[in-house]
Amino acid sequence: MLGNDNYYLGADVGSVSTNLVLLSEKNEVALTLYLRTQGRPMQTIQEGIKVLRSKIGKSAKIIGVGTTGSARQLAATLLGADVIKNEITAHAVAASRVNPSVQTILEIGGQDSKIIILRDGVVSDFAMNTVCAAGTGSFLDQQAARLGIPIEEFGHLALEAASPVKIAGRCSVFAESDMIHKQQLGHALPDILAGLCQAMVRNYLNNVGKNKDIRGPIFFQGGVAANPGIRKAFEEELGQPIIVPEHFGVMGALGAAYLAQEKVGRQSELRTRFRGLQLGDIQFNARSFECSGCANRCEVVEILQEGSILARWGDRCGKWANAVGKGTYKGKSQEGEQQGA
Amino acid sequence: MKVTFPHMGNAWIVIQTLFESLNIEVVVPPQNSKQTLTLGSKLAPEAACLPLKLNLGNYIEAVREGADTIVITGGIGPCRFGYYGEIERQILREAGYHFDVVTLEPPDGSLRGLAQRIRYLAGKKNSWASILKALRFAYLKCVALDQVEDMIHAARPRLSDSHETERLYEEGKNRLAQAMTVKGIRDSVCSIRQSLRDHQMAGIKNADKFHKPLRIGIIGEIYTILDPFTSVGIEAELGRLGVEVDRSIYLSGWVGNHIFQGLAPGYRSIRSYPSHAKPFLSHFVGGHGQETVGAAVKFAREGFDGIIQIFPLSCMPEIVAASVLPRVQETYQVPIMTLIVDEHTGHAGIQTRLEAFVDLLERPSLKGISETSREGVSLVGER
Repeated sequence: MLGNDNYYLGADVGSVSTNLVLLSEKNEVALTLYLRTQGRPMQTIQEGIKVLRSKIGKSAKIIGVGTTGSARQLAATLLGADVIKNEITAHAVAASRVNPSVQTILEIGGQDSKIIILRDGVVSDFAMNTVCAAGTGSFLDQQAARLGIPIEEFGHLALEAASPVKIAGRCSVFAESDMIHKQQLGHALPDILAGLCQAMVRNYLNNVGKNKDIRGPIFFQGGVAANPGIRKAFEEELGQPIIVPEHFGVMGALGAAYLAQEKVGRQSELRTRFRGLQLGDIQFNARSFECSGCANRCEVVEILQEGSILARWGDRCGKWANAVGKGTYKGKSQEGEQQGA
Repeated sequence: MKVTFPHMGNAWIVIQTLFESLNIEVVVPPQNSKQTLTLGSKLAPEAACLPLKLNLGNYIEAVREGADTIVITGGIGPCRFGYYGEIERQILREAGYHFDVVTLEPPDGSLRGLAQRIRYLAGKKNSWASILKALRFAYLKCVALDQVEDMIHAARPRLSDSHETERLYEEGKNRLAQAMTVKGIRDSVCSIRQSLRDHQMAGIKNADKFHKPLRIGIIGEIYTILDPFTSVGIEAELGRLGVEVDRSIYLSGWVGNHIFQGLAPGYRSIRSYPSHAKPFLSHFVGGHGQETVGAAVKFAREGFDGIIQIFPLSCMPEIVAASVLPRVQETYQVPIMTLIVDEHTGHAGIQTRLEAFVDLLERPSLKGISETSREGVSLVGER
């Protein structure tokens, strides 16, 4: 049970996991929560808020909210966020708060991977994996499942390797068939796992890290940073120590909390837009329709709270999004026509 | 003969004008859409680049309105686009569509071959004088369209209501599409300029001062950067994020250089790019690879805050350019980001990258300035 302090809430709602962080006014991480999104971000966020509510004191207050991750907009609507930020900035902010001298961030999550270059505590360059998701957490998950080992043990087994085998890392499909081939030849499991770690790291550095000026101190964050096999492979490949920060798995959410703190803390008169801890019990619905106003045929998403429209997005022109709360374009319309005020 | 042509951004307005003033029946295909892409992808080889897939989709959608002749521009050098006219004709024939394909290009660099093809399209009823007059008129309209588009580039970050800005843009395009005289074109441009100004002045009363937006130069493969469907609306998106964009290539600049062999400069002539590119890429690499590098150098020298390169997956000339750009970035200390688009490019991924890039660029200008009001792009990289 946490005390009755004031907290900043950071939420990182990604494709694989939903992370929540409570940051106290004294800049201490009071609570971290890691939930699997499982394709249901709305329910997961509400679940998270319920857990949060059960863990903090009755008179504890949320005084600022920041959201990030691929469902940041959805999370912001549900929670009532003060700051909405992309993952890159959120990760960079968190890392530079933890260690202001950090110059490189390697981040590998469930479906994406990115590299962020910082100089003097601000982002100077970044890259994300482009069209291919090879070498992200989901792929490691799959392979661990295929080999029948828990993902938590993956890295420790890889560390036991005597002579890692060479595995093609360019593409996850090739990597998998290469791995099966090496298994059939009789190579030991740790050697194969270590080989896979090396292949992933090579792939990451060749694609995401291409042309980037990687200088220490280097932070390694995101879910995959839990894997010591990957950590070791990075250290070998880069020839430098890799630092895994304490809250490596929730750095995005932590960054969002810091950003909320900056925004709300700076303007003393500004009150948070947080919608309250009871939102775990409110009925939210989402629905979508295709607007036929022009050739873009945008898929517009509507978020409803107990029947009334909370937010809309997905339209490129802003016709639907801007109309929320203005009384026009009310209600769902298959034809994309105005249905009166 | 009912002529159709592939879409590329606003090009349809110019092409329609040209054919209509020569009394050639023309079918404007429906705008590029997911439907277009779905139709095109079914016929195109999987590994072909995005423009081919969209082109094919355009033709099939045009068939439904009775089109029987395709007009496409050609090209020379190692870019697949040069062969698209012929490839498309064969693909369509195999799929059971019998189009007559006319490729407008100067074969072996001679304007005579081009003239023959124009004559074929125009038929005997049009004199050369009327053909030239029609070309000139279409060209003037093209330059006017580019002017309007560039005004919108400037207006997007400055006008408060993004929906209203896009509406003004649509209105401007419609007015230009309907303009039948040179005076009509001029009046349209003036009236759009005036209404944009009015909107800006109305907005300033509320905000009480001008803000200086970030400037980003868009470079890359021509089809992708000219066609908002293909570029996932990146220009409008950046505008909403408060960024003024400029582009390396505008339609009339390309037409002037490519089809008229430099006889007409167009809006934002692309002629100076190769010399700008020289220290980094000294020779032609196909497509607009060299122009992309040159444009990056030019934008950097003009003090743009950042540059975004955008091209379809597997575009060879742009891949060459992309591997040269880090040196431009280093030399001029200007951030350059590369975006690759393909069939399945979702909007969310692009959005994240654009927001992060804008965050990165806003950092220096934010120091010492209090909070800006725009949600989502404030608080950048500050500590």
